Amino acid sequence: MDNYRAHVLVCGGSGCVSNHSFDVLAELDKQLEKAGLQDEVRTVKTGCFGLCVAGPIVVVFPEGTFYCKVTPDDVAEIVEEHLLKGRIVRRLLFHESVAEDETVRSISNVSFYKKQMRIALVNCGVIDPDRIDEYIAFDGYKALHKVLTDMTPEDVVQTVKDSKLRGRGGAGFPTGLKWELTQKAAGDKKYVLCNADEGDPGAFMDRSILEGDPHCVLEAMTIAGYTVGADQGYIYVRAEYPLAVKRLNTAIEQAREYGLLGKNIFGTDFSFDIELRMGAGAFVCGEETALIHSIEGGRGEPTPKPPFPSDAGLFWKPTLLNNVETYANIPHIILKGADWFASIGTEGSKGTKVFSIGGDVVNAGLVEVPMGTTIREVIFDIGGGIRDGKKFKAAQTGGPSGGCIPEQYLDLPIDYENLKEIGSMMGSGGLIVMDENTCMVDIARFFVGICVGESCGKCTACRIGTRRMLELLTRICEGKGVEGDIEKLEKLANNIASTAFCGLGQGAPNPVLSTLRYFRDEYEAHVRDKKCPAGRCKALLDYKIDPVTCVGCGLCARECPADAISGEKRKPYVIDQEKCTKCGDCMEVCNFKAVYKG
Amino acid sequence: MKTFKELEEIRTRVLDEVSMRKDRTGTRVVVGMATCGIAAGARPVLLSFVEEVKNRDMKDVIVSQTGCIGMCSLEPIVEVYKPGEEKVTYVKMTAEKAKEIIEEHILGGQPITRYTVGAYEYEK
Repeated sequence: MDNYRAHVLVCGGSGCVSNHSFDVLAELDKQLEKAGLQDEVRTVKTGCFGLCVAGPIVVVFPEGTFYCKVTPDDVAEIVEEHLLKGRIVRRLLFHESVAEDETVRSISNVSFYKKQMRIALVNCGVIDPDRIDEYIAFDGYKALHKVLTDMTPEDVVQTVKDSKLRGRGGAGFPTGLKWELTQKAAGDKKYVLCNADEGDPGAFMDRSILEGDPHCVLEAMTIAGYTVGADQGYIYVRAEYPLAVKRLNTAIEQAREYGLLGKNIFGTDFSFDIELRMGAGAFVCGEETALIHSIEGGRGEPTPKPPFPSDAGLFWKPTLLNNVETYANIPHIILKGADWFASIGTEGSKGTKVFSIGGDVVNAGLVEVPMGTTIREVIFDIGGGIRDGKKFKAAQTGGPSGGCIPEQYLDLPIDYENLKEIGSMMGSGGLIVMDENTCMVDIARFFVGICVGESCGKCTACRIGTRRMLELLTRICEGKGVEGDIEKLEKLANNIASTAFCGLGQGAPNPVLSTLRYFRDEYEAHVRDKKCPAGRCKALLDYKIDPVTCVGCGLCARECPADAISGEKRKPYVIDQEKCTKCGDCMEVCNFKAVYKG
Repeated sequence: MKTFKELEEIRTRVLDEVSMRKDRTGTRVVVGMATCGIAAGARPVLLSFVEEVKNRDMKDVIVSQTGCIGMCSLEPIVEVYKPGEEKVTYVKMTAEKAKEIIEEHILGGQPITRYTVGAYEYEK
């Protein structure tokens, strides 16, 4: 019988793992054994804690001590001081863990976590994803049992409908309706699919759920299988998520061993199994019909709807397809009831949403908030505001198919309709924060560039249209824009949005249209004045030396890699604009702030 | 797995093991574990508390450690924080006394005055 007095949780999410958290874990085990504490203190590898910027994260329970940026070299001190002698190692604490009165707060009292509400992520950073027993301990597979023994498929559909859960993949289609359509579709064979082809730049919600709590997705898919009448499920997951793939495989094996997947689950006549299908990372394969063709072994290209997957999906059979986060909500809805779920959120959007915040924000990481939380709360209260004390300029939701949200909408409550209204979208949950130094034309160019590379090439609007948009944007960024370019770009964007075949093409102009809507003056400055107001577009800015401030030390001339700076000692230096490569080194080394961009 | 009973068995067995990772609001037992405490025998005291809490399935009790409490000559020292009550400090602790404290103070609600720092100072 184990008798552990402390648990040391080490983050095993991709972010922390790439910062060597497994080395920290190995060193912990080694040091604990050396101190003779291996039977008193237990180490646990968990999923993502969310505050990825502070990784590798180590949390010690029962106190909930929150250590951040832990390296293997710090481990000996944690073991010797904290675990042996009970003295918290203050230098490793997350800065907010120390209260004003110098006492140490537990991890749940740090403001990054306080405003969050965790449903989909409730087990992430708590359980060991490779142990099915820990999932079961926190009520895992209880919902499946309830569904199989207590509920008819119609009851489940009604519960999901009443919960008003909507698809978390981006479009926000009512989940209950989707389940009902698939259930009612005629067919001897049906399939349940999970879309884990998370492709938006900066988005890692689905990855974190799969890595931190894989069983909740398996349980939900099995519930879905019972509801729609399917006996086979597939999870379509990116091959670029090796850790998620590994943990899913372990989870599937363990569930089969326990008889929670396979034949006659819980002694009923319901049988269900799940297999993985790996995607090669094409962005378009997140589109449902393209995803289905990819699983079938065909080329990942979208096809027209109807027929919808609920009528004729995988292998032309009725198919239910939901996103990872959508599934992660299902067991909780079954156990706690539709009313509980529907009591969270706004009128049209219920429950919570997971966001991965990145970009120029202090607390980059993974957060889950109730729908209706304002963008300001997410970015400033939880995210800790803009890095380096700079000013907020805009936030991008929905990735390359989404749009930017300018400052005037910071107090807008987040829900599907509100975001759509201001020209953005919920998307899968990537939230990229941009500071005052971001050029919005450059950002639009970046996102359109992604769509150009990811276009499958099937329809002209997307294949050629996005390329033309990119050319126009590049021209504007390089200072070669001519009068009329902005209007041309706008017209082209609107045409693509209304004629492209699938969501990827229809969404591709969004970054252009939304930046044009809120930052048109920046476009105009690029085209008319040949200036980049944010000082980002290199072709549009010159580095200059202010002759008054320059003391003539010559440091910039020595540092310049292009030998573009010349002058005499103790007299103002000058930059030869012909030779200058605009690397910015001179500005960085000048001790007198005499170099400026103009 | 064929029955709900089997699932529940795993759940209760493992919940004991992992419940430590959720916030608990109940009584906190803090054992002084600086060099002075360890030298005076704080480890058996700590382990005795951990074992009793586990055996009696007291889900809301946290057994934790701290550094030097300050009166090294009175170690091992244990502090008991019950929500809404004043802190009670026990001195010159042993594993046996730990069991008594669990029984009479934490479960019974009656601090064992003769083991407290106050009683010790009064004797002197």
